[in-house]
Amino acid sequence: MTTTTTAPRDTVGGGPREGSRPNRRPVRPARILLYVVLTLVALGWLAPLLLAVYASLRPYAETAKYGYMSLPHHLSLRYYSQAWSQGGMGKYFLNTLIITAPALVLTLFFASFIAFALARFRVPGRKTLLILFTAGNLLPPQVMVTPLYTLYNKIPLPYWLSDSGTVYDSYLGVIAIHVAFQTGFCVFVLYNYMQTIPSELTEAAVVDGAGVWRQYWRVILPLSRPALGALATLEFTWIYNDFLWALVFMSTGDKLPITSALNNLRGEFFTDYNLLAAGSMLVALPTLIVFFALQRQFVSGLTLGANKG
Amino acid sequence: MTQSPPDQPLRPVPSNVSRTVSRRSMLRGTAIGAGALAIPGALAACGKSGGSSGNSKTVTFGSNYSDAIPKKGIAAVMAAYQKSSGVSVKTNTQDHNSFQENISRYLQGNPEDVFSWFAGNRMKFFAAQGLATDISDVWAGLTGFSDALKKASTGEDGKQYFVPLYNYPWAVFYRPSVWQAKGWQVPKTLDDLTALCKTIKSSGMDAFAFADKDGWPAMGTFDQINMRTNGYDFHISLMAGKESWTDPKVKQVFSTWASLLPYHQQGANGRIWQDAANSVQQKKSAMMVIGSGQIAQSFQGSDATDLDFFPYPVINPDFGQDAVEAPIDGFMVAKKAKDIDAAKALMKFLGSPAAENAYQSVDGGNIPTNSGADTSNFTPFQKKCQEYIAGAKQISQFMDRDTRPDFASQVMIPSLQSFINKPSDIDGLLKSIDAQAKSIFAQDN
Amino acid sequence: MASPPVSAQAPATRASAARRRRRLSRFTRRDLVILGLLIGIPVLLDIVLIWGTTLTSIGLSFTDYNGFTSPKLVGLRNYHEIVTIYEPFWRAVRNNLLWLGVLGFIATPLGLLLAVLLDKRIRFTRVYQSIFYMPVVLSLAVVGFIAQLVYSRDYGALNSVLGRTSHPIDFLGDPSINIWAILAAAAWRHVGYVMILYLAGLKSVDPALKEAATIDGANERQTFFRVVFPTLRPINVIVLVITVIEALRAFDIVYAVNSGRNGLELLSVLVTANIVGEASRIGFGSAIAVILLATSLGFVIAYLTQILREDRR
Repeated sequence: MTTTTTAPRDTVGGGPREGSRPNRRPVRPARILLYVVLTLVALGWLAPLLLAVYASLRPYAETAKYGYMSLPHHLSLRYYSQAWSQGGMGKYFLNTLIITAPALVLTLFFASFIAFALARFRVPGRKTLLILFTAGNLLPPQVMVTPLYTLYNKIPLPYWLSDSGTVYDSYLGVIAIHVAFQTGFCVFVLYNYMQTIPSELTEAAVVDGAGVWRQYWRVILPLSRPALGALATLEFTWIYNDFLWALVFMSTGDKLPITSALNNLRGEFFTDYNLLAAGSMLVALPTLIVFFALQRQFVSGLTLGANKG
Repeated sequence: MTQSPPDQPLRPVPSNVSRTVSRRSMLRGTAIGAGALAIPGALAACGKSGGSSGNSKTVTFGSNYSDAIPKKGIAAVMAAYQKSSGVSVKTNTQDHNSFQENISRYLQGNPEDVFSWFAGNRMKFFAAQGLATDISDVWAGLTGFSDALKKASTGEDGKQYFVPLYNYPWAVFYRPSVWQAKGWQVPKTLDDLTALCKTIKSSGMDAFAFADKDGWPAMGTFDQINMRTNGYDFHISLMAGKESWTDPKVKQVFSTWASLLPYHQQGANGRIWQDAANSVQQKKSAMMVIGSGQIAQSFQGSDATDLDFFPYPVINPDFGQDAVEAPIDGFMVAKKAKDIDAAKALMKFLGSPAAENAYQSVDGGNIPTNSGADTSNFTPFQKKCQEYIAGAKQISQFMDRDTRPDFASQVMIPSLQSFINKPSDIDGLLKSIDAQAKSIFAQDN
Repeated sequence: MASPPVSAQAPATRASAARRRRRLSRFTRRDLVILGLLIGIPVLLDIVLIWGTTLTSIGLSFTDYNGFTSPKLVGLRNYHEIVTIYEPFWRAVRNNLLWLGVLGFIATPLGLLLAVLLDKRIRFTRVYQSIFYMPVVLSLAVVGFIAQLVYSRDYGALNSVLGRTSHPIDFLGDPSINIWAILAAAAWRHVGYVMILYLAGLKSVDPALKEAATIDGANERQTFFRVVFPTLRPINVIVLVITVIEALRAFDIVYAVNSGRNGLELLSVLVTANIVGEASRIGFGSAIAVILLATSLGFVIAYLTQILREDRR
């Protein structure tokens, strides 16, 4: 079963495979039409993004005079370096890393363990737990803001964990709510995924005397890599792009992650849209890179575990 | 969510603010020095906060001056304080919009000792919630502030909670060179204005540059027409929730505005004020109701001297042009400040001419509030702004500073936007505002 | 080969997995500690941070809490005012429904169509996938900014493309059309999301099924609707739920464009505006949130029923 998932038939990556299936009728004109349609739609899809990139390469004075749809007179990467240094973006990217990396690792760790436990053992209240996590992820996040703020403000933290002395205005608070909120979705996906891993594998480990931890760490986790890879891509995008939690639970401007900080840069750069375009593209870059890097695992792992044949 | 104009920290008019070293500016330097000398005394007066220079004490400051030039201006003020007192200032700058959205969480959470805020009801609201420290003792030692400024810094309980830094006027701004070339005269009355609008429209320009995408700029026009039509007292009383919005007086304001709307730039709800201000600079629009500091940002370099203003024309002769809208920005001390004494010592400095001079040395877009501040390098435009405020019989702040913040952002922003979309249904609009106002202001009791 | 469509689940495997689920009594002390800790911590986080706070907010919705003074019970007053005098509410409801309609009836089928097209063995399929998925990874500020570049009345690219330079259309400011402009942007993102989900689903459909159907003489369309689509049922449910939840929780694009005012009201934005703003009406905002919550709940229950049914097999 697992092999079907990890090494599915190779549609991703394409390549000319015509004829490998005996009963495919070669319909050339239809194929060409298909490519034309796909290419046109893809160009339409890319257009807004290309417009922003194009704007970011041109001086503002030029676009203000001729409009954004004009031919370029000057093209340069000057705005990118300016946005980076003037906006102090390095600092904010570091903050994003401080929040995103632990949140991502903890979410996947907790979610995979819970999924493993629920899929393998008779944990009391198994269904309740499933509902608790899955439904929790579907609640509107704004509902939680006020009580969470009050709670965070009341929990003291030692100085080395939070220079504010409370969970409010600390990285920990933002990480905690990300983990709590995102675990639900991951539990659901991983639980379904792990259902498809044959139980003989863990049974064999038990016969060898493996405890719960070893079954999880040595058997289940390696087998869940495709699903974990897909989830990592998705969750990275979500946590990276979040701005609500940082906005309401952070009061120190210098501790904000880049997504929230970009909102601030809008004020600072408003006189020059093209500079803002460059800043926006820089912010979009990490999520694009992560997606491209993990794309293969992403699509093959994202079967949501619900459709294993 | 409301962004009032003052929340967009202002940029200066760089070219005309560039200074030549004159006897006056040297004097100003002396004034900073004198301010510096005064500080240790102030600190000593405040007791245990430790006054001697070289002491490694720090005081913290939460700033919403996030735009480049105001940020530098505040940095200059804090550097001057640090130099004179030996107390180092740790500044936490937050984006001005986020700062406002978070203010109640900020003040109840882990605020800095001193924070930047706005005068008027907006200050009183947080003082009344017990989130600010009474600084009447600091005020006892301040000089150079008018009674009006003191009143604007006073909470509902009669104590002071606020120290002003600068203000700036709202009026009708235009390019004199364009008006001269076209032969347009500054309108004195509403009839003049209407006639002028027709002339301007026939010349192919928009009479009023207009933008309200962010929701607050249109409040400025409402304030002007209301104060000219019904006077300052009615305006403030209306803002305080003590008048009915279905009052025919209010309807008159919207009717007047509706008669002028055809001469305003179309599509205001999709435009940010920066683009509207640019259209005056680009000679596409003839004038704009806005704050001096905001529009000055669009008039840089050689355009800087080609910017003038006039008070909104007279509508009801009983009230003339008595009232001036001039929002004040300044500082407060948080109730949860960790070091109240250090905070008060800093407030004392912030209320001194030395602090205002330090700020003005970087950001010339605003008018210092302390009469002791050096104004010798003012351009004619800045002087005119200053005189306009000084000559006011009454000074309003701005709608979102004179009323409850939730009323301004949750009721007035959507209502003014829907008025701009559909100026014909004034009765329905006012009925809706009135119902919501009654609900929100009922919470006060 | 010509066997009937295999159902999406593999009942035998699941059943045996359930049967073999071990009782806790068989564990060592160490095992129990690990299980207790690693289930306990996230469960605690979830109960306190997610459910606890949500329930507290439901309580707050019956008060006049403003974030400063202690809350006072006002019964159903907030709810009454929301549906009677709070002007933006009904516009927000209408917009959320429009959002649901556009995502559900336009964006989702389009995403499915793209997935089906890309699932044919074509060249450069990964390039196409990347392009269609790209909008999904962009943050709100970036999308809001791009919307400004494209739609602005004064300098937007769309007016230039349409040749409306003398009488430009106010895509963002005109409240009768701006929701459609924003919905186009929302669909732009949603299509990619749906496409990737379906692509993953299609990949795990046994190719033998399709071949069997083709041998039986079914054409491509028949094969898809009669053979492939039914096996996608679990994915369909997930896509449906995600679409509904996205439509109800829609927030970021609108918030980035104009803070959700002037024709772009959405329930989530109204909640945020009342709760997060400068002088908050937390009781009032919580009541809007509870209405939103109650609406989502129907769909959440449908979703859970699906999960539990799967689980029972």
